[in-house]
Amino acid sequence: MHEMASQAHVAHHGPPTSFIRKYIFSLDHKVIGKQYYGLAFISVLIGMFLSWLMRVHLGWTNAKIPGLHLLSPSGAPGDVMTPEYYLQLMTMHATLMVFFVLTTAPFAAFGNYFLPIQVGAEDMPFPHFNMMSFWVTFAGFLALIASFFVGDGPTLGGWTQYAPLSAVGSVAGPGEGMGVVLWAISIGLFCVGQLLGALNFITTTLDMRTKGMSLWRMPMTVWGWFITSVMGLTAFAVLMPACILLILDHVAGTSFFVPSNLVINDQLQPHSGGSTLLWQHLFWFFGHPEVYIAIVPGMGIVSHVLIPNLRRPLLSHRVLIYSFGALAVLSYMVYGHHMFVSGMNPVSSIAFSFPTLIITIPSTIIVLIWLASLYGSRLRINSASLFALGFISMFITGGVSGFFLAQPSLDIMLHATYFVVGHFHMVMAVAAMFGIFAGTYFWFPKMFGRMMDERLGKLHFWLTFVGAYAIFMPFHYLGLAGNIRRYQAFAPDYMQRFIPVHQFITIAALITGAAQLIFVYNLVYSRYRGAPAPENPWEATSLEWSTPSSPPPFDNFGGQLPVVYHDPYQYGIESSTGDYVMQTSPEQIKSVRDEA
Amino acid sequence: MARLVAVTIVVIAILSAIPIIRHTWWTAPDISTHGQAIDEQMSETMAEAGISFLISQILLGYFIWRFSKPKPGEPIRNFPGGAMGLVIAAFLLVGTEVLALGAFGAKAWANVYFTPPGADAMPVQVQAGQFAFYFRYPGPDGKFGPIHPDMVNESNQNFYGLDQTHDADSKDDIVTAEMAIPVNHEIHLLMHSKDVGHAFFVPELRVHQDFVPGLDLSLHFTATKIGRYEIVCTQLCGLGHYNMKAYLSVMSQEDFDKWLKQQAANQ
Repeated sequence: MHEMASQAHVAHHGPPTSFIRKYIFSLDHKVIGKQYYGLAFISVLIGMFLSWLMRVHLGWTNAKIPGLHLLSPSGAPGDVMTPEYYLQLMTMHATLMVFFVLTTAPFAAFGNYFLPIQVGAEDMPFPHFNMMSFWVTFAGFLALIASFFVGDGPTLGGWTQYAPLSAVGSVAGPGEGMGVVLWAISIGLFCVGQLLGALNFITTTLDMRTKGMSLWRMPMTVWGWFITSVMGLTAFAVLMPACILLILDHVAGTSFFVPSNLVINDQLQPHSGGSTLLWQHLFWFFGHPEVYIAIVPGMGIVSHVLIPNLRRPLLSHRVLIYSFGALAVLSYMVYGHHMFVSGMNPVSSIAFSFPTLIITIPSTIIVLIWLASLYGSRLRINSASLFALGFISMFITGGVSGFFLAQPSLDIMLHATYFVVGHFHMVMAVAAMFGIFAGTYFWFPKMFGRMMDERLGKLHFWLTFVGAYAIFMPFHYLGLAGNIRRYQAFAPDYMQRFIPVHQFITIAALITGAAQLIFVYNLVYSRYRGAPAPENPWEATSLEWSTPSSPPPFDNFGGQLPVVYHDPYQYGIESSTGDYVMQTSPEQIKSVRDEA
Repeated sequence: MARLVAVTIVVIAILSAIPIIRHTWWTAPDISTHGQAIDEQMSETMAEAGISFLISQILLGYFIWRFSKPKPGEPIRNFPGGAMGLVIAAFLLVGTEVLALGAFGAKAWANVYFTPPGADAMPVQVQAGQFAFYFRYPGPDGKFGPIHPDMVNESNQNFYGLDQTHDADSKDDIVTAEMAIPVNHEIHLLMHSKDVGHAFFVPELRVHQDFVPGLDLSLHFTATKIGRYEIVCTQLCGLGHYNMKAYLSVMSQEDFDKWLKQQAANQ
């Protein structure tokens, strides 16, 4: 089992010499990781700002939002949001958050920075591809943002872009022409970036591990990123051609997603022979693995952050890794649960229902392993471990609502309601954000050589944890009572009684959103004024804490690759350093792991 | 701090469960013959999910409370039964639970989708378009006239694109903006979209189905309670999506006949 993996080659590029090579078109995986983090940071600020505007509008539909007309004179005449502008902001909120935040930060940002270090490599094997992956993604981001300023604004079709609304052009509504084309270009480019990144992650994991770093000695984070890369390679490879076909329907007169005989605004559309369900199948074949692409890196990060704070290894690392693998495999077999009432064959609904129910088994095992590892531990509370524990709570809450949505018979009541919105915000958005926060508080000392402010970190946790429940728990109640999502106002009679609940949620969202400014302040302040970080502030064992400096030099280990002697999580033992031993320490210890 | 976190998690979990237990916000009362199986499935799932939710959150809270302040000299120790015990428990407990839910749920689904409509089911057509539903009744001849997409014209109220001068079957078709059906009489709903994707959802009726442009779909159901309900669109269809709704009136057979006659006179 302890076969030695040797590096294919070392020293692919020397230290950068110019400003542009160092900070902009950098080949260094650490700089690229920070660039991805920066992109996610800008995206999350825009995405959160859009959600504030939407929430105010949902609570008080005719409210004037001072200055809104400056953002879009036609979208907010007299500072009151129009129905189409609401949908445009909603689409942009979701697209930014799902792609440029939840996929970018936990996977591309932290993965780029730490995967090579944690396996003991100097860099990734294809640094130019790595640089390209970021800049292609950034071009995708610019294309998306450009849609705010072109023609009649961004697309209003939702992040799922169901055809034929998305494919027939501006006749279907504002933003459905150029807005959709820019959206599809953006996401197509994003796919290219992810494919290049996944290629690098997979080869780094398989071929660049240092001496002694067997597969089972890789940290949980590396396993999370590796499994996510494999998912990304297949999922984004399906979404990219789907985006190309969608663009062709707009610019080349094709009808991939548009059937015959559609009449829009009394005009018979010049399309024939396309299939609207084809788009849904292609989209969700990507879309469901995407949920795990967003959350599995977070699971890796949470495990990695939690272990040094428990001062013990998890109950079993292998069971957790196998469970990650099971999630990845099953994620392709469950996507049809998004389409139970879509008009696909109802037998398929049953066929997609069972794997969806079965995927709760590996999810349950993951939660149980975390819970059982708390047992008998010596839990340390800090901002990083608080967010990791918060992740577990959010994942449980978001997970149990999956029991409902896995069943086609219940989907009759819950499909397209706020129950679904509550479910995915809990399990994918809030949980993944908690993973990002845990990773940030944990790794900031390594990335910037300074500590973040713990008091501010804890305050940030309290407001965010309570706030997230206050916002997203009521969504489930509203959904049960039949509140439909993607409504800019609640026109049906039976939805009138939901409005006060929406007002409560809006207030909670504004407060929780404002609490994120504490994090922004802490991040910026600590970057320049934080206390200098000790070498190993969390008394952790993995290779990122064995680099000669914080942040590590351009080649990570100062020209001397580390040699690994232990599993990544040797805690709760007796050694010369205390209750843990570094992966790089040749010291003989009695292992506490139940395997290896 | 740790103990406050533990208490907060448990308090949030219990507070979250209260509106569910009290049914403060709950599904609308069922008015269909097939809805009972769905409702039972919902209660069953809620009980199982709710118990899993509460137990997990309380355990999380308890372990944070207990192990953030270990007793002096207390060693690191493993959860009794180890990882294998947990895996077996997860497979047995969750596996049985989800298979049971899946099997019973499949039955409730099959009730709706795998049975053909009865021979005496009354056909009603519904057409979805940005941003309204229109309904069509076949009239005394029992036949729907053909649809000519090129003749669809909202400004002259030809919502369905009917050619009543040439098509004999179209002459007595009745097109309405509101849906009415007789109580306790099976309805065979024939669905199509004229433009983009839409959906037909009546919460009380436990009926929810997307319209798929280019595809004719059908559903059948029986309403058991006289009343006025709302049909809402749940598939994002454009800027007026939020306002795409219609009323469904469930009437006695007598009232329905009267209503239909009046609608025919209005055509």
